[in-house]
Amino acid sequence: MIGEDPIQFDRHYEGPIICVKGLRNSFGTQVVHEGLDLEVRRGEIIGVVGGSGTGKSVLMRSIIGLQTPDEGDVKVFGQSLLGRSDAQTIEVRKRWGVLFQGGALFSTLTVAENVMVPIREFYPNMDRDFRREVAKYKVCLSGLPPDAAPKYPSELSGGMRKRAGIARALALDPDLLFLDEPTAGLDPIGAAGFDNLTRELQQTLGLTVFLITHDLDTLHAICDRVAVLADRQVIAVGTIEELLALDHPWIQQYFNGPRGRMASSGKQLA
Amino acid sequence: MTIAADFSEETSEDGAITLRFSGDLSIAAIGDLPERLRDSCGEAQWLDLSEVGYMDTVGAWLIYRTASNWNAEIQGGDDEANRLIHAIGNVAPASDVRPDPPNPIIRILTDVGEATTIAFTTLTGLVGFFGAIMLAAFRLMLHPGRIRWNAVIQRFDVVGVRALGIIGLMSFLIGLVIAQQGAVQLRQFGAEVFTVNLVGRLTMRELGVLMTAIMVAGRSGSAFAAQIGTMKLTEEIDAMRTIGVSPVEALVLPRFIAAVLMMPLLGFFASVVAIIGGGLLSWVELDIPPATFFSRIREVVPLTDVYVGLVKAPVFGAIIAVTGCYQGMQVKGNAEDVGKRTTAAVVQAIFLVIVLDAFFAVFFTWIGWN
Repeated sequence: MIGEDPIQFDRHYEGPIICVKGLRNSFGTQVVHEGLDLEVRRGEIIGVVGGSGTGKSVLMRSIIGLQTPDEGDVKVFGQSLLGRSDAQTIEVRKRWGVLFQGGALFSTLTVAENVMVPIREFYPNMDRDFRREVAKYKVCLSGLPPDAAPKYPSELSGGMRKRAGIARALALDPDLLFLDEPTAGLDPIGAAGFDNLTRELQQTLGLTVFLITHDLDTLHAICDRVAVLADRQVIAVGTIEELLALDHPWIQQYFNGPRGRMASSGKQLA
Repeated sequence: MTIAADFSEETSEDGAITLRFSGDLSIAAIGDLPERLRDSCGEAQWLDLSEVGYMDTVGAWLIYRTASNWNAEIQGGDDEANRLIHAIGNVAPASDVRPDPPNPIIRILTDVGEATTIAFTTLTGLVGFFGAIMLAAFRLMLHPGRIRWNAVIQRFDVVGVRALGIIGLMSFLIGLVIAQQGAVQLRQFGAEVFTVNLVGRLTMRELGVLMTAIMVAGRSGSAFAAQIGTMKLTEEIDAMRTIGVSPVEALVLPRFIAAVLMMPLLGFFASVVAIIGGGLLSWVELDIPPATFFSRIREVVPLTDVYVGLVKAPVFGAIIAVTGCYQGMQVKGNAEDVGKRTTAAVVQAIFLVIVLDAFFAVFFTWIGWN
């Protein structure tokens, strides 16, 4: 029996940050995941790749509780979240931040106010002036110019909106960051800048990053390990070199196709 | 578990003040520390972190800001804390969380000015758009093969047939209410029998078509704006243009034709149902049998009343279609704009319908159709 008290977050937990076991997701008759297992270690940037429709976003939504899977178990920070109410999981949910594909900023609030929303929601007693200060430096921590804070999302470019989304995701100083295709729709310079930002933040703040991407450059540049989704499962997890040693046709095509070779040669040159 | 953040003051022999922090300096543990720090002694020379447990960027920011405000030195932090404080020090904080509010007088003047220009541009835009529809209609008349009959007939179904239920119910209730209220008032003169005139003439001439127009504006005008607006957002309209399909021909004209042709039918239907409602109430309340009621209706409602309704209805239909499609085509930017434009379409359609109805009333009296 699960009690109604919120489950506590253990900062000194050393096991896998995310542990997914036997996950099954389906929409109607279409099965997206079947017996999917995945472990994410503390402090790594794990890239999740897969063809369109292999359920990368669905996997992320299952982990953060936006989608209830048919079967399986999802543990984050060693705590099982399935079947628990929002009130019970609040302490754990505070410890992660999510950047959605389009940024998902609240359009009626300025960038700084967007950052203040989670702080006000979870720590309503924090001094108002201090909350503003925190929001203002979070905006700049995510690489936005200082004058971007009082702007509305509609006044920002796509790349700036992504950075504003990161600022909001970082509002509560999370240990775990989910990024859904952060570099999609950015120009190569903006995308490279975003990769650097992700790496820097991960190192300074000691984050674990769960990164869904199609961007081969991002995979080569910043991911410690890559998980490949295909055939309704995670068919392989490892560094790109380890994956290349495998004999799976999709993995070979993905990393050894013309674009894959280009990205890897770019890395060697750098 | 988190330990609440706290600090204590120590003054050394040479007068230097040290603030010794303890507990966790994290967002969860920081509590009212920023306020207490502000209200504290003031200038300290040393900030001691040796007893601090866990620190995150919120704590690091507090320490960094306090240190730079007071010109204090930080000591005793572990490597991780120093790295965080260093990283925080490297970003220049933003200026403000909201744009500066403008001067209230200037704001009011700007609002009034903007509203006026929007009113004028909308009006000219509507007229221009109506012209574009007429041009497209004229072009199609030269090439009748290009008329999209499938789309037109589908709109007939959506705008006309599917509205029958709700418009019938609404009109029936309106007929009931007019007859009931009329009977109460007319009874004071012993003139209940004129309830028939009231119901027959009022619904045929005015209310049947007017209420139908309001219902169609809410039902179909809003749908036109939302459908076309969404297509605008997803760049479907631009795609159409590049392929060489005119959006006015493909999207606007079918809706326009449907609204113009369906409105008279719906309006007439509404009037008849309202009369049936009034007849039912007269039967129950005033003991006028249906046969008498309907023969009286035929005597007291002149045919010109039916014409009045039938002349107004297509004009109202045109207004609804033009405002709906025009506002839909004006959508740009984001999904929020679709909502705004849909509201504008309905409000403008109903407003213009009522304004035109007033003109029609004067006009028909003038030509002697009273």
